Amino acid sequence: MNELLLSARNLTKRFGGLAAVNDVSVDLHRDRIHAVIGPNGAGKSTLTNLLSGDLPPTSGRITLNGVETAGKSPEKISRLGLGRSYQKTNIFLPFTVWDNVRLAAQSRERHVPWNPLRWVSSASAMGAVNERCERAVELAGLSNRASVVAGTTSHGEQRQLEIAMTLATEPTVLLLDEPLAGMGQAEAESMVALLLRLKKDHAIMLVEHDMDAVFTLADQLTVMVNGQVIASGTPADVRGDAGVQAAYLGEEH
Amino acid sequence: MDFANFLIQLLNSLQYGLLLFMLAAGLTLIFGIMGVVNLAHGSFYMLGAYLAWFLVGQFDSLVLAIVLGTVIAVALGWLLEWSLFRHFYHRDHLDQVLLTFGLIYIFEEVRSILWGDDVHAVQVPEVLNWSIPLTENLSYPIYRLVMSGVCIALALGLYLLISKTRLGMKIRAGAFNREMTESLGINIRLIHGVVFALGVALAAIAGMIASPIASVYPGMGSSVLIMCFVVVVIGGIGSVRGALVAALLVGLVDTFGKVLVPQIAGMAVYMLMAAVLLYKPEGLFKQ
Amino acid sequence: MSSPKAQLEKLPRSIQAILVLGAIALAAFPLIPVTGSDFYLQMLSQMMILAIFAMSLDLLQGVTGLVSLGHAAYFGLAGYALAFLTPADTPISLWWALPASALGAGLAALVIGFFLVRTHGIYFIMVTMAFAQMVFFLFFDNKALGGSDGVYVNFRPTASVFGWSGIDLENKTTFFYFTLLLLVLVYAFLRRLLFSPFGRVLAGIRVNEHRMRAVGFGTFGYKLTAFTLAGALAGVAGFLWAAQTGYVNPELMGFHMSAHAIMMVILGGMGNFAGAIVGAFAFEYVMHFFKDLTKHWQLLMGTFIVLVVVLAPRGLLGLVQRFASPKERP
Repeated sequence: MNELLLSARNLTKRFGGLAAVNDVSVDLHRDRIHAVIGPNGAGKSTLTNLLSGDLPPTSGRITLNGVETAGKSPEKISRLGLGRSYQKTNIFLPFTVWDNVRLAAQSRERHVPWNPLRWVSSASAMGAVNERCERAVELAGLSNRASVVAGTTSHGEQRQLEIAMTLATEPTVLLLDEPLAGMGQAEAESMVALLLRLKKDHAIMLVEHDMDAVFTLADQLTVMVNGQVIASGTPADVRGDAGVQAAYLGEEH
Repeated sequence: MDFANFLIQLLNSLQYGLLLFMLAAGLTLIFGIMGVVNLAHGSFYMLGAYLAWFLVGQFDSLVLAIVLGTVIAVALGWLLEWSLFRHFYHRDHLDQVLLTFGLIYIFEEVRSILWGDDVHAVQVPEVLNWSIPLTENLSYPIYRLVMSGVCIALALGLYLLISKTRLGMKIRAGAFNREMTESLGINIRLIHGVVFALGVALAAIAGMIASPIASVYPGMGSSVLIMCFVVVVIGGIGSVRGALVAALLVGLVDTFGKVLVPQIAGMAVYMLMAAVLLYKPEGLFKQ
Repeated sequence: MSSPKAQLEKLPRSIQAILVLGAIALAAFPLIPVTGSDFYLQMLSQMMILAIFAMSLDLLQGVTGLVSLGHAAYFGLAGYALAFLTPADTPISLWWALPASALGAGLAALVIGFFLVRTHGIYFIMVTMAFAQMVFFLFFDNKALGGSDGVYVNFRPTASVFGWSGIDLENKTTFFYFTLLLLVLVYAFLRRLLFSPFGRVLAGIRVNEHRMRAVGFGTFGYKLTAFTLAGALAGVAGFLWAAQTGYVNPELMGFHMSAHAIMMVILGGMGNFAGAIVGAFAFEYVMHFFKDLTKHWQLLMGTFIVLVVVLAPRGLLGLVQRFASPKERP
């Protein structure tokens, strides 16, 4: 059995009376892509936010690389080895592609803000950071666009930058929120190829609407509707599930 | 402290708190609904007080002065929103801060040109110029009670407007989701104008009714503005209910703080704010 | 990026002329004492002190994106520190009074910042104002701290050490050069900081704090450090102000002082520190000009500020930039 890197058990998130996520459990293993699908408003983004620390759960447990992380801050969770990309591109628009990724890479250094040496040394001269950045930029396919200002790049390139920043922190678990959103055919194929390359060393949770990509990539599939899991298992199992067909897949096809 | 004194301080806290509420309610509404911070809000209070002094001088009636003053304040608020503020809703807070700084200067000078820089007193209307006895030595001015009464009435009116009327519903909808409200055919610009004018009017009315008991002086805007901010921070931005609770709390802490521990006099309220911020950095009733 | 020379050549002639004049003025600046006018020496020294104050705010506002309406509190506190540290009968040594005052201001910023930095957006703006007012009232209400009358600085600090009389700060020309030196040092330090690992994190926080946290930065610690550092630098300026004017009062910590600092930073253009210097000089100059013009100068000042925010929201340097590369992305 592949190494279990992230385990979420009975996660619930209530907003007032509404349960956006209701008793959801998810396991992420190394070398496995676990796709989470469901109609809009199913609670997929909320689930991602609970796992990444953007929202504290109302109840439930999350174990990441052996550490309990439910309710911890996003920065703590990131340092424990989780990387998250966003559905709505969440980058530093005024900075160059390189500077975007460099910042993410810098986060791995054990710096404290009050060290005066860090106030006067040069940010661009940190060898380890630059190497990390180089690797992530290359993986994401942006090597020849590194000095371009992020705000002037195309939508597809910005999605690649999203991934590059996520990879620059060298996480073991990846939460990818609709990485293919708004991509053209060629760009989507590159992204799928990248994800297949990344699979070996990471545990990946993929929230996606692109069904072709989902069925190409997913080793495991969880279907959410109205905050609850209505089916979970291999793609074949889930495809055959009558309830899922009725609730979701049937409408798509 | 004996009971009569305690009662006096309590009534003072209530009166101060309610006055602060009038100001804070406008500020918190304007920020909650239109997202704009207005440092010149204190200037409306100051202008209201000077306006009251001037109009009482002209018409010899505080009530008439307040009525006229309210009309002027609403018109001023509407004009300001239409000509200036509405272009700043989407701008950086910093730009809004800068804009409203400039307005403070302008308002100060306008007041100076119109009415000078002197400190004034406004007479309490004869009919209200008596005190209700509490003990054989102590009594409480009726005007202060009437003032509190007016504030309570206005607070109630605000509550009814926002929760029970269609206009109020539109206002709340606009705060919640602007685009959706617009697509429903509701004139969001009108709503914004109404809310802004309402805020200005509340601040001006507060200045007007407070003028007989607080002196009318050039710096009165800035000193009340800070307290207003403290109230909004403690109560939570956008929450009128929060503004009320916070204003009463501030009134209590400030009044009793000054009486019981004079050494920390002005600082008591800030210590309250610091304490609230430690546990609820977005205020007690954050939206 | 094209070379600076190439960029310069792209500018319209009028802007080129202005920049050249500006460069000449900059080069000529240190020579001003030669003209022998005490009045101008003092005025320019004061403007330089305000420039240091503005740069310290720029670190907070322009670089980190924290709009503080109470930055003058640290400016004033350092001034008061000098006033209280200076004995009644003898001057105090500059060499430890300056660091002590700046560190004191920094410490105050650290303590206050601990409460403030946990707030965001408009809350932050409001609480910075509120806490500065608290400091203001602390001094205003307490006779022991000078009350509304303020406190005199009995002697200018002395730079003498081990018998060597060193620089005489009583001499206006010497004071001018000393202030100029500090201005240059602070500027150089802040420019260095801007491109340091710490500075890059602050810049990232300003653009997208959410993502900074998501990639693993403890942004609270960084913001608090920036707040403290900015307070300490404001303290350097406050110390110089008290040393120059010989007098401190609560107004130095007040709302208007903080507001002026914000306007200086915005007027010049935020985030690069040169703008803060330009803004400080421009703001002071404009204010003096209006004050000389009419009793009702506040009307002019207010209108000027409103016009700046409506027409030139990125300040004077921003205007120059706009002329330089009109196609630049927003």
